[in-house]
Amino acid sequence: MTTIAIIDHGAGNLVSIERALTLAGAETRVVDAPGDLDGVDAVVIPGVGATGAAMGRLEERGLVDPLRSWDGPLLGICVGMQLLFDRSAEDGGPCLGLIPGSVEAIDGRPLPHMGWNDVATTDDLIFAGVPDGSLFTFVHSYAAVPDDPGVVTATADHGGRFVAAVRSGNRIGLQFHPERSGTAGLQVLKNFVAEVGRVA
Amino acid sequence: MLRSRIIPCLDVADGRVVKGVRFVDLTDEGDPVELAARYTSQGADEICFLDITASHENRGTLLDIVRRTAENVFVPLTVGGGVRSVDDMRAVLRAGADKVAVNTAAVERPALIAECAGAFGSQCVVLAVDARRTGDSWEVFTHGGRTPTGIDAIAWIAEATGLGAGEILLTSMDRDGTKDGYDTDLLEAARRATTVPIIASGGAGTPADLVTALEPGRADAVLAASIFHRSEYPIPVVKAHLAAAGVPIRPVEVPR
Repeated sequence: MTTIAIIDHGAGNLVSIERALTLAGAETRVVDAPGDLDGVDAVVIPGVGATGAAMGRLEERGLVDPLRSWDGPLLGICVGMQLLFDRSAEDGGPCLGLIPGSVEAIDGRPLPHMGWNDVATTDDLIFAGVPDGSLFTFVHSYAAVPDDPGVVTATADHGGRFVAAVRSGNRIGLQFHPERSGTAGLQVLKNFVAEVGRVA
Repeated sequence: MLRSRIIPCLDVADGRVVKGVRFVDLTDEGDPVELAARYTSQGADEICFLDITASHENRGTLLDIVRRTAENVFVPLTVGGGVRSVDDMRAVLRAGADKVAVNTAAVERPALIAECAGAFGSQCVVLAVDARRTGDSWEVFTHGGRTPTGIDAIAWIAEATGLGAGEILLTSMDRDGTKDGYDTDLLEAARRATTVPIIASGGAGTPADLVTALEPGRADAVLAASIFHRSEYPIPVVKAHLAAAGVPIRPVEVPR
């Protein structure tokens, strides 16, 4: 069975993502120290909070360098996706820099963009079996602007189209919360677990 | 397009779901974990638990309910009642809540909103406002609607948004449990005061009331309790009505 590390950056609900990954067929391990990454097959950076605060806590816990050098499958959710980029306008500071680009404010109303919205997907493997236009839950005020538009695997609209998902090799980012998005969300997590199983 | 959200509200007292009229005369409506699962399978877009006793003795019971719900329900979960500090909020989030509502403690000490938003992000911090109409304005009440504060509800919503509240759960005490419809004047005044999402609460009697509350310039989401608990209007019926009225909703998922 594949073991997936869930990075605890101290800000909130890990119950949902743990449970959803378990249902998707993975074993999970909550990680808040570098050594805990030994022997895991993949890493999930869950999403809650602000990018600056999350980077600060990753720094405190000694997880920034291990995540920067992690070359296995990596899934960032919401703020976890935003952390994959070089920098965020939310706090102005640097992020993990694993995918070239920045994170910028979105312009829709109401803000935060909160609730279910339809996602235009590509045929990326993470969306296998998920119909184009499926609804996912979002809770955010910022979104990624990758340097290379080729990494975009899904978009959604809130006061203009924004990037809802990216892939750069085995680094995947999802701006929505698959663990809070019903059956479509669980399918996305199953696809991730299957992908991890293929490379593990 | 962002969909209007339908949110069943489960008022929890001593581990059971209860419902009253204008905040009193409580009746038992069932088990919170079971009800949350049932509503989600019927198409609820979120679930909201409000611990209306909110005493420290009940805190463990509530966290256990949150945890068991979060393990079984894959839609966002908002929890409120008795949250007085960043540590209280952390405990509720770590039990499995996605958002936490603050009310009395934020009125007593508005800096709590900024502290919680700083620690967990604005998107986690829901300001719950219980408002009662007095002439042409609305007054904030705290302690589960028992204590008048003299504070203007609309001014409070604007101030709290500035402090970092990411969503407003706005309850009309005059309409709570009456089924007379939401207070649309209150919703419109609040809409002019904040850009964050507004959840309308208090007064839902028919699906038409939800349509009215969700019109442009009013609320982004509707909270209701009585009409769902008593199965007068099950969620699929409500959603069909909203869709027919042109409200953008999330269609009810057909289980696979």
